[in-house]
Amino acid sequence: MTATRFTKDHEWARFDDGIATIGITDHAQSALGDIVFIDLPAAGRRFAAGEACAVIESVKAASDVYAPFAGTVTENNPSLADDPGAANKDPEGNAWFFKLRPDNKADFDALLSAEDYQAFVQSL
Amino acid sequence: MVGFAGYAMPLQYSGIIDEHLHCRHHAAFFDVSHMGQAALTGPGGAAALERIVTGDINGLKSGRQRYTLLMNDHGGIVDDLMVANITTALLLIFNASRKQEDLAHIRAHLPSNISLQPLLDRALLALQGPESEAVLSSIAPNSKSLRFLDTTVMPLCGTEAVISRSGYTGEDGFEISIPAEYAEAAACALLADPRVKPAGLGARDSLRLEAGLPLYGNDLDESTNPIEAGLTFTIGKRRKVAWDFLGGTAVSQAYARGPHQRLVGLYVDGPAPVRSGAELRDSEGAFVGRVTSGTFAPSLNAPIALGYIRHDRAEDGTLLEATLRSRRVVLHVVPLPFVPHRYAR
Repeated sequence: MTATRFTKDHEWARFDDGIATIGITDHAQSALGDIVFIDLPAAGRRFAAGEACAVIESVKAASDVYAPFAGTVTENNPSLADDPGAANKDPEGNAWFFKLRPDNKADFDALLSAEDYQAFVQSL
Repeated sequence: MVGFAGYAMPLQYSGIIDEHLHCRHHAAFFDVSHMGQAALTGPGGAAALERIVTGDINGLKSGRQRYTLLMNDHGGIVDDLMVANITTALLLIFNASRKQEDLAHIRAHLPSNISLQPLLDRALLALQGPESEAVLSSIAPNSKSLRFLDTTVMPLCGTEAVISRSGYTGEDGFEISIPAEYAEAAACALLADPRVKPAGLGARDSLRLEAGLPLYGNDLDESTNPIEAGLTFTIGKRRKVAWDFLGGTAVSQAYARGPHQRLVGLYVDGPAPVRSGAELRDSEGAFVGRVTSGTFAPSLNAPIALGYIRHDRAEDGTLLEATLRSRRVVLHVVPLPFVPHRYAR
């Protein structure tokens, strides 16, 4: 188990056993407001770093979620289909979005630390 | 906070869904002071205004308010507005985004002895929802006697406010025009009532959409004809005979032959909202129209939309299709409003 890392697009990634679990941060859910639908990528999809790979629909607008690094989706969180609002309540826990096997583990390591992400959010 | 028509506006307080449902079940407070207010005064003011709006303004009695359309010379809508007869003047309430256009357009068509004065020192507050009457009458007892679209000047929080029984949510409620220096006291007095929650622009939009009320800039613009927008009811009976308003000839033609397209309600199959701009096709794949407003409807727990559809595909029950993120989505044409109006008639 390694530390959780973050992106400037307000996503978190947690690395375990060769695969990273990806979700959105509490700051992101708070900014988006009530989430009513999440369009998640299917297992097997490949994404380049920074590529749009999921869409969050709040009442007001649709927002993209970007791949934090290049990799292949291994699974997505099926519970979000029935309860997208879980992403408002527990964004950094049970309401993870998908799991991504990085092409290069070093890409994960290069993401922001919790302290650097907090400093980034404070600067907004 | 978000930018809207040059104003920094609250998008939400406790959350759009919470505020929306609170308005449907209790009472919600909106600060809509960004909207334009202006007083029209002078001899024959009503008749002069009638030259450029669709409504019967001459017949608007003192203490009554009416929804009407400001027209351009080719039958398009410059703005949709409320006009109230407050005896000493006609009080006009128009969209924030259209203030400058409206003032210039109306003034260009008024004789010199009639004045249109923007009321820059007045705030506009809205209290909406089934408990609005109980809340407002606790601090303004006379408001209880108002029926839908009645407008009266009455004491509130130490000043005189123009209070009308109207709104933009489909619920019973009130709109309060008040001198700006008293707005904070009035807002605090209303929000002190435990039945009231503050609501932002997000809930205002989802509430009006469920009520099937068009939004200028989305569902109406200078090219929209009142007939195709489903706003034929705004054309006064007398006016529908004479068509004696700016653009009246073009509107009368659309009225006589039927519009080419119609603004309709759309239910969306599945959980994802279909937003403004989405192209709509019929079952044979032909382009038949476009979504102009789309959101998630908190009261229905489902996505809904408004859109202009070719007249022969605009019948209730017609199935249409949109493409959302390269997936096919089915939409159903349904009657408006999505949620029944509950005005205090």
